Order: sequence, then C-alpha cells, then structure tokens
Amino acid sequence: MKAALQKRWRQAQPYLFISPFFILFAVFGLFPLLFSIWLSLHSWDPAAGLGAMSWVALDNYRYALMDDDWFHQSLWTTLWIALLAGVPQHLVALPLAWWLHTAMGRWRNLVLGLYFLPFITSTVALSLVFTSLFSKDFGIVNSLLDTLFGWGGIDWRRPEYTKWMIAFVVFWRYLGWNTVLYLSALQTVPKDLLEAAELDGAGAWARFRHVMLPLLKPMAYFAVTLTLIGNLQLFEEPFILTGGTGGIDQGGRTTAMHLYRVAFTEGDFGTASAIAWLLFIVIAGSTWLNNRLLGERKEAA
Amino acid sequence: MKRRNWCGAMGMTAAALPLLAPAVVHAAARPAAKRELIVTSFPDLDRAARLAIPAFERRHPGVRVRLSVLSLADLPTAMITALAAGANLPDLMAMDRENVGKLTDSAGLHDLRAAPFRADALAAQVAPFALAAGHGRSGALTAFPVDIGPGALFYRADLLASAGLAEADLNRSWADYLRAGRQLKAKHGAYLIGNAVDVKDLVLRALLAEGEGVFFDQGGQPLLRTPRFERAFALAQQLRQAGLDARVVAWSNEWSEGLRRGRIASQMFGSWFAGHLQNWIAPKAVGLWRSASLPEGAFASWGGSYYAIPRAAREPELAWDFLRLLALDPTQQLAAFETLDAFPSAVAAQQGDYFDAPLPFFGGQPARRQWREAAARIPSVDADRNDAMANDVVNAALERVLEHGERIPAALAEAEQRVLRRGRLLKRAA
Repeated sequence: MKAALQKRWRQAQPYLFISPFFILFAVFGLFPLLFSIWLSLHSWDPAAGLGAMSWVALDNYRYALMDDDWFHQSLWTTLWIALLAGVPQHLVALPLAWWLHTAMGRWRNLVLGLYFLPFITSTVALSLVFTSLFSKDFGIVNSLLDTLFGWGGIDWRRPEYTKWMIAFVVFWRYLGWNTVLYLSALQTVPKDLLEAAELDGAGAWARFRHVMLPLLKPMAYFAVTLTLIGNLQLFEEPFILTGGTGGIDQGGRTTAMHLYRVAFTEGDFGTASAIAWLLFIVIAGSTWLNNRLLGERKEAA
Repeated sequence: MKRRNWCGAMGMTAAALPLLAPAVVHAAARPAAKRELIVTSFPDLDRAARLAIPAFERRHPGVRVRLSVLSLADLPTAMITALAAGANLPDLMAMDRENVGKLTDSAGLHDLRAAPFRADALAAQVAPFALAAGHGRSGALTAFPVDIGPGALFYRADLLASAGLAEADLNRSWADYLRAGRQLKAKHGAYLIGNAVDVKDLVLRALLAEGEGVFFDQGGQPLLRTPRFERAFALAQQLRQAGLDARVVAWSNEWSEGLRRGRIASQMFGSWFAGHLQNWIAPKAVGLWRSASLPEGAFASWGGSYYAIPRAAREPELAWDFLRLLALDPTQQLAAFETLDAFPSAVAAQQGDYFDAPLPFFGGQPARRQWREAAARIPSVDADRNDAMANDVVNAALERVLEHGERIPAALAEAEQRVLRRGRLLKRAA
C-alpha cells in the first residue's frame, strides 16, 4: 500500500513541478481566451454585472460584418497603416543592416543600439513626444518644413495626414528591431560563400542580390510575420496621437482602437469580443498569405 | 555567467533582508486591524477627499480612509471591469458627469433611495439638476453629486474692448456672438473660440427643456432630428465658414497656447475652468479675463463629479457617511471650492460672503455670484447609458458637415440611423 502510494507520488512529481506554468496559463491565458469566445455570443453591458449577459448566438458577428461601418472603416485604416509603416520598415532595415554589417566595423553595435533605442522606449512617452513634434503652430516638424520648403502650418490632425503621421511613428519605432533581426541573420552567413562569389567576379550588388538575399529569406519571413501581427494590432500609437478618438473622420482609428471603444465607450463587450475574433481571423489570414509568399516549402527543401 | 547571476541574486536578497526586518517587526507590534474605508477617485477630485479625511477619521475613531487615485481616463474603465467581475470594488467610487449615464443603470450599485441611505430625504439640499442626473432609467438613484459645473462664457475683456465691443455684444444672442467674432478677427486676427465643435456642445445643452436628455428622450430614443441639433450644427458651421474658430482641440498644446497668447478670445466651459485659466493656462493674464453668462440667457451644466456605493462595498454605511460629508457639509464643500474650484453642489454651501468677493483675476468681477445664479437655473438633464456613443456619432456627423460640406439635415438623419444601429435600438423601437 505504502509502496503504491510512493510510486504514485513519484509519478505525480514531474506534473507538480510543471504545474505552475499550466495553472498561470489557464488562469491568465486560456480562460480569458475562452471567455471572450463565450462573451462574443452574448449581449452584455458589463456595468450591469455578470447576471446581465443574454445569449444572442452569432448576432454580434452579424452586426460587426453587416452593420458596423466604423469597424469596416477601421479595417481599411489598419491595413493602410500596416502597409504604410510596415513596407518601408523592411525596405530600409535590410540595406541598413547590410551597411552596418559591412561598413561599420567596431562601431556597429553602438550605431545598432541607437537605432534600437526607440523600440525599448515606452510607446506612450514616444507618442506624447511626437504629438508635440507634430504640433501645428509650435511643432518642430512644421518649423523644419517651413524653413526647408516654405510649407507652413500643416495641421497634422487633419484626416489626410493622420495615417501618415501614425505610420511614420510606427516605422521609426520598429526600424531598429527589424535591423537587429536582419543583422543577426547576416552574421550567420558563412564568409566563404561571399568570398567565393567575389572570386567568381560578383560585384557588391550581385553578392547581395544572389547570395545574401536568398539566405535571408527565412529571417525575412519571420520579420514580416512579426510586423504583420504587430501592425494589425496597432493601438497605443494611434490612441495617443489622436487623443483616443481616432481623429477627424476617424482617420486614425485602427481596429484594435475601435474594439476598445466599442467595449469601454459604448459598453458593448459582446460585440467588442466578436470584433476581436474577426481581427484574429484577419491576422491569421495575412500570416497564412505571408507563409505562402515567403515561407519555406517542404517540396522545395 | 549564469552561476555569477545566481550568486548576485542571492547576495541582493541577503542584503535586502535587514531592510525587510523592521517592516515585519512593525506589523507584529501593530494593534488590532482598523476598519478601512476604501475610496477610489481621480485627480483633482481626490484632493477634495483628502481635505475631508481628517474630519471623518475624527468622527469615526478606529476607521482609516484609504484613497486610491486613478487617472480620469482610467477610472471608468477600471470600475466597469470591477463591476463586471463583482470583485475588487471600493466602498465609494468617483465618476465624472460624462460617465454617469453609463453607470447609473448598473445593478452593481446601491440605490441610495433605499435604507440605510434614504437619500431622497436630502434631495432639497442638493442642486436639483445634478441630483436628477444621478438617477438610472429605473428611477434608482445610484450616483450622488459632490460638485457641479455651471456653464459660463469666459472671454478676454481687453481684446473685446479694443475692438470696440462690450460684453452684451458677445452674449446677447448667438447671432451677436458671431458678429462680435467677425469684428474681433478683423481687428486683431484673434479667433473667437478654439473649436466650432465646442459651440455645438454648448448649444445642445443650452436649449434643453427640463427633464430632456441631450441625445435621447426618456424612452431611450434618439433626438437627433430635432431643431435643437439643427441649430447647434448650423451655428458651428457658420463659425467655421467665417473662419472664427482656431480649429484646435480643447486641452491640446495649441489650444492652451492660443488662450495664453490671446489668439483665442473666448471659451465656454463650466465654472471650474476659472481655476485652469488662473493656475496654468494664463496665470500672467491677471485682470484680462471676464466671465459672462451664456448667449441668449441660456443655462447649461458642464462637468461635475459624483460618487457611488457599489453593492459589493464592505462598509456601505461608512461610505455613505463619508459621501454625505463630501456632498453636504458646507465647510467641506467650500473648502473643495477654494482648493480646486469644484463648485458646491450643496445649496447650503452656495451662500455667504465668499460668493460676493471680487476676483482679481477677473478684474474684480464677483464671478462666483454669477455662477451661483446660473446653477440655480440649470434645467435637469436626463443621462442615458448610450450618451458616450451618441456623442461620438454626433461629433463624426459634425465633422462631415464642417470638413466636407455635407448638408446638415442629411448628416443628422444619417447620424440618427447610426445611433439606432450602434445602440442596437432598432429592435427596441420596432
């Protein structure tokens, strides 16, 4: 009897040791996830308490897809900003990493650190600083544009500029991160490959295009995936830059911001949860598309 | 490397132990735990609560008030989440006027008309319009006012005078207000107001009939296609078309700089704005500003603060006692007014010499008297849980009128449909 108990205790021990992770994950990860699916099938004003939940089946999804034109607009805004901020991030980060790798020598890490600094700074602080920089009458951006090109008094809060302003801040913030990713990939490329190409008469561009770029593809896939996920969930930057409203004509209201407002301004947690799941589907879809474009193919391997 | 980190961590812990020791000893030596009253508030309203704590703790020996302060933007979010979960709720929670409508129907808040509170008996002691807004659709009184914001028109008297204008030219009628703006712009290049949207907000509130809601009637149906909205939109449009607004958002850098430098000549807000002007926006402009009543003899309320007692409160009776001290005690109400420009909601606190005193910042004008007169004549406004949503929709509609020249009736008709759709009110109406 005692032996059987001891055996059982021994068998249970490993599970006991790994249980803290699973308990924490269940409470803070899995439960909210499942609860939000449950919530998306209900109509619920949270201020009224848990007893006020009423079952509406898929009506919140129907409302979001058919009736919520602000949600549709927010999807376009999100995609627009995601591309406007995301594409330049990679187009600049890649050559920048190459330049740091080949030309910077021992200054490389210092320069890289400077590019990386915005990434580790608080988004809220950054956005507040940019709000002052983009101020219409007293901002340094306008005074610079005025001095250089004579373009005075641009009102950056106007709908035609809002997306550009947000995209610029996001681009600036994540450039360093992508540069680090590409640089780390560049460092793993064996030197002899490049030397062999050089001996074969390949110039700098040819070496970059035909040797480096194919080898960087896995990292590009990883970096683009992160950019897609991050940019489609954009919240803090547009929230602070537009004062929490999304700006005139809701030009800067991203989907994440929209669902936050549906939940906390309109008090409709059910629809907000449904929108969150619809956003998840959009993100999963774009990641799949990215996988088709940049991901490794098994048959090619 | 890892090993060194371990050693470092152990060393740090060992070094921290002596620091922890006194705290442990202190806890052991402490007498039996005091009763605690947990109050959640936002800046600057928390300062008023702090003023009341010593008197309250004297009245209740053995009770300690613990004040937890969240930013004005975070507090409603945190309280809604806590109400949803029915956990982590304070004994007394603050809310600003804007969020009252969202919370008054909450089943998680005590109806203060019921025992042991019986707030109905105190109704005569409080500004009626403020108390009315604390009621939910069911008639339950779930939020109790502690300060109010009688609306006033603040303006730069020096700019007006040099443009040959008097106060009456500004507030006789809305048409005069616009005319004065044109004259001011021609003379000084100064804008009449920060944003045309502010005028829309004011007109919507100033033209309310007693008991009406800003956006919804008492049955919860939208009122967007009424002459009140058309007039508010038309005035905002005229202001914008004449170039009389600076197109800046209130509380932005451009807005405060505009007021500071005399580029924006007037601002309509609650009386509490006097404190903002004097303390940080334009502290050097002593004697240059004045407070006037709103155009066309309108009276409106702007802002104001409330407290509510959650059903999950552990000390509801103590909370009610503290709330009564904050809301009804004339000394406390006056202290809050003097310290943070929170205009008293208690009628008894609106009397006395303090209200007749000339204010140097306003060129010796006894402005408090004017605010008191306004407070007595503000109609009751019905709050609705969809107010914040409707406000978003109406602002978006006005933006389309101002930015893209959309026709006002069309914009309002579309906005009403959107309010019905977003509030899921169509089913209810059918």
